[in-house]
Amino acid sequence: MTHAVLKTVNLVKVYSGGAVPVHAVRGVDLVVEPGEFIAVMGPSGSGKSTLVHMLGGLDARTSGEIWVDGKRADTLSESAWALLRRKKIGFVFQFFNLVANMTVTDNVELPALLGGASPRVARERREHLLGALNLTDRADASPAQLSGGEQQRVALARALANEPSVLLADEPTGNLDSRNTRDVLRLLSKVHKDGQTIIMVTHDARVAGLADRVICLLDGEIVDDGRIARRRTGTAGAVIDLR
Amino acid sequence: MRLHLLALLAKEPAHGYELKQALEQTFGSAYPSPNIGQIYVTLGRLEKDGLIRAVDVEQSNRPNKKVYYLTAKGRDVLTLWVDEPTEGPRVRDEFFMKLVLAPLTGIADRMALINRQRRHYLSLMGDLNALLDETEPDDRVATLLIEGAMLHLQADLEWLERCQEDLA
Ligand SMILES: Nc1ncnc2c1ncn2[C@@H]1O[C@H](COP(=O)(O)OP(=O)(O)O)[C@@H](O)[C@H]1O
Ligand SMILES: [Mg+2]
Repeated sequence: MTHAVLKTVNLVKVYSGGAVPVHAVRGVDLVVEPGEFIAVMGPSGSGKSTLVHMLGGLDARTSGEIWVDGKRADTLSESAWALLRRKKIGFVFQFFNLVANMTVTDNVELPALLGGASPRVARERREHLLGALNLTDRADASPAQLSGGEQQRVALARALANEPSVLLADEPTGNLDSRNTRDVLRLLSKVHKDGQTIIMVTHDARVAGLADRVICLLDGEIVDDGRIARRRTGTAGAVIDLR
Repeated sequence: MRLHLLALLAKEPAHGYELKQALEQTFGSAYPSPNIGQIYVTLGRLEKDGLIRAVDVEQSNRPNKKVYYLTAKGRDVLTLWVDEPTEGPRVRDEFFMKLVLAPLTGIADRMALINRQRRHYLSLMGDLNALLDETEPDDRVATLLIEGAMLHLQADLEWLERCQEDLA
């Protein structure tokens, strides 16, 4: 048996800063095998963002365990998490978080370089990713010069640049029109086919339709965790009923 | 198929085989390839109802062929069809009935029903993704049909989420 890329044991997050503590994640057990594409769904406020932030070490867990590539991670210091992220984790945030005073090119190459790639390899990955996301002619722009959809695609390119063990994404297609979504869907299904492990919070059914497993959260708990069946297709006219 | 054939005949008179070709050309892969027998049966019924008229055209060294014309009555029926608003998909579908009735029967719990339905919708969406990927981008009609189906599924999934929140 292969070992899990990511595992959680009874993972809990309580936000206790406010007047009443918020139990955002209540005991999540999760095992993610290499190469899986998991869609995380559920209503707003159900704990999706909190969960993936904890998986990426961006939010400290209250209790429970997180294992990345077979190593215990929830006990790591912030700087050790940062190091782990550079090597193993790509993250796409709901609100992009690009480095404002760097070009698109540098935003995408930096994580590859930090992850240990040579300048030549970093450049090749950047060229490939920007090309796949139809961003080649925006390479010299700064984030402020980009539309929301362009920033979102740059954020995806950046997250993939260090060829992470796992790609974590929080609603990465929220700002995309249908043409750009198609580019993103293409890239996601390609990297997934090449073995990329993906955990993605999404409300976009097209994105979730690419996944091989869906996890549904409700009030901080997993209420469904199962495989999405793959079937066979015909032509549009045969698959879709005309009433 | 009755009204689809009337619409094609409103453009120009045609015989059965030309109608089959016109359907194929107009819809590309967005229409299940029409069966010629079915087209002739439908034309026969339309003629009997007075919506179209068949005219025999002599052909040298071949049997006569029938060319069909739209009648005034046929045009009225077609206009009515085009002008009236079209029913959207019904929300009180089979799944909704199960969801409401399941707790009464004690056979299945609602949470399980919703979860199973979500997986089913996502699997359909996977099919549509694959289909869109295989569809030529310049096949606009098929692309629009697929995108429409995707948007309906998106709405279905959001509705499931609403149901689930409500039950929690
Ligand atoms: N920094 C925070 N401080 C206090 N409560 C928070 C914080 N972040 C999220 N929450 C609360 O935790 C719950 C889960 O939020 P979140 O993980 O953002 O859900 P989702 O991404 O599914 O919409 C919500 O009730 C939210 O209000
Ligand atoms: Mg969120």
